[in-house]
Parts: sequence; structure tokens; C-alpha cells
Amino acid sequence: MKQNVLAALIEAGLEARAVVLVRNLADGEQFLVDRVGAYKLEEGVRKSIDSEISRELLERSQGALARDDAQAAEIGGQRYLIQTLSPPPRLFIIGAVHIAQKLIPMAHLAGYEVCLIDPRSAFASIERFPSVKIVNEWPHEVMPKLSLDSRSAVVTLSHDAKIDEPALQAALESDAFYIGALGSKKNHAKRLERLGERGFDGKRLARIYGPVGLPLGGRSPAEIAIAILAQITQARYQKVV
Amino acid sequence: MEAKYLRDPQDVLRIALEWCDAGKSIAIATVVRTWGSSPRPVGSNLVIAEDGIFEGSVSGGCVEGAVITAAKKVIKTGQQAILKFGVTNDEAWEVGLACGGEIEVLVERVE
Repeated sequence: MKQNVLAALIEAGLEARAVVLVRNLADGEQFLVDRVGAYKLEEGVRKSIDSEISRELLERSQGALARDDAQAAEIGGQRYLIQTLSPPPRLFIIGAVHIAQKLIPMAHLAGYEVCLIDPRSAFASIERFPSVKIVNEWPHEVMPKLSLDSRSAVVTLSHDAKIDEPALQAALESDAFYIGALGSKKNHAKRLERLGERGFDGKRLARIYGPVGLPLGGRSPAEIAIAILAQITQARYQKVV
Repeated sequence: MEAKYLRDPQDVLRIALEWCDAGKSIAIATVVRTWGSSPRPVGSNLVIAEDGIFEGSVSGGCVEGAVITAAKKVIKTGQQAILKFGVTNDEAWEVGLACGGEIEVLVERVE
């Protein structure tokens, strides 16, 4: 592998762009593929090589990109490793509470890019949350701007309906692969009732995991964070084939 | 400061790039194929520097020792290697996967 290709892969990851690295296993020849096409880097400049590779290899590579997977493939008598390098999945935490302080480093370790949302700047302060992106805005204002997608997870922890529920509403209107809401069974039932009044039917509301987290029985903020992250992990691999 | 996190395998590749920038000669091992039960999926990376330090994984620790040995040779010669583990054959690799799976690993030098 060439060092400039390695640098390009890291750069794509930091810019949240997915890219496919294709290697010929016999001769070590390699190139990159993205939505636009196949290319090599010549002195840092992109040079299209669409005309130099087979249609099948390009299609297989762009298929891997769409599915976010890695595979070995035999095409035209040659063996290739087709490897997608994707940007991290995103976790949006609403509520800068004690559990969030424990959940954030765990989610970072699990490979998530984390964004913490809480309009109360006394809660969501850099002193309390030194290593995460903090958004001091109301969820109903900021959530629609976040382009939540099928690689996004949303968990509400604030215990305050006027902060949590607009966030849940935005999540329900998106393709987020996980939506979790902290709160007792009783509170959750009331919450579903209120969201129901805003036009979400039972099927749509069933996407919300509440009370949040796998039933591990833990009680401390860190233990609850483990239960939440475990459930997010489970949801991610149940839905991504 | 917001920390920038990368997902596996980019986080391992980033370490590889840091080592390159520090002037080390390095090799990258990548899982190319798996058969049966194997601990790490296709695309998983282990990076190895000439002095033997390494980060990442291609198995649950079963074959890393052999990959590191092979990587040192790859770093010296520049010749990429494809290693197979867990298969009963007459290759020199006498390590196997305890889980009963088989894996194929590409080892290449970073130029």
C-alpha cells in the first residue's frame, strides 16, 4: 500500500466520506472507488481510471460501498480484496445528564461520533463534557438540521418532556436505526400517548426503545450506559444485513 | 476540544500513518477471507512496524504472532504475502485458530 493512499483513507474517514479500497491480491495493484468512480492518486491529485478497469469490478466495488462491506472477489481470473472504509455511525444524546457523562466515552470506544444536545448550558458545559461536540440548542430547532440517517442513533436522557419529546419526534421522522428514551414504564406510556396525539401511530411509536437499554439490572449511571450501548449495538446489527 | 474518533479499521490505519510519518517502516495485514467461525471480519487490520510493535488484530490473538513474523520479512523484502491459517496443509504456518475457522491474510508493506 502506498502512504498517500493510506493518508487519503484517513482523510475520507475524518471528513465522513465512505471510500472503497480495491487491491489486486496477485500483484498488489490498488486503487480507490467512491460514488463518482474509480481513481488513483497521482501526487495528491485524483486521476480517474474508470476506463482502465472492468465494468464488473467497478460495479462490485460500488455495490460494496452501498452495502458498507468488505469482500474478496474473483473477477476476470484475478482475485481482489474490495474493502469499504466508512465514516463512523453517529450517536445523538439529548440531555447532558450523569448517564451521558458515562455513555459518551463508551460510545467513542465503540466507534461512534457523538453529539450532545441540551439547551441548558449549565448542564451541557465544556467543564462537564470536555471531549464531545456540544450543541446548546433546543432539539426542536436543531434536530431537523442534523440529517439523521440509517447510520444514526438517538437517545433521550433529559427526563424533561419539552426537551426529549421534540427530539423523539424528529428521530421518528428519520431513518435512525435506533431511538431510545430514558424513563420509567409509566412515564414512557404517557410519553407515547402524547406523541400519539401528535399523529404517530402505534407502529411508528414501536420504534422507540423505552424504558431504554437492555434489561441488565444495573443501577449506576455507568451500568445504565452499558445497557443503552448494548441495545444500540444489538439494533445496529439486527437491521444492517 | 472535540476528539475525532474513527471507526475500526480507520483507527488502526491512522496509527499506521502516524508510524509512517515518524519514519518507521511498516506493514499492514488485512483479513481477506474467512471460512467458518472466525473472530474478525474481512477488512480487519493489524499494523506492524519493523521494530515489532503492533496495533489492531486479524484474529482473537491466535495468529498475530505468526503474522508479525511474516510482516517483518515483508517489510525487509517489499514482497507482499498471503497467509492462510487454520487449514491443514504443508505450509510452514503451524498456528491455527482455536475456534475452528480459517482465515486468509494479506500482508503488504507501506511504500
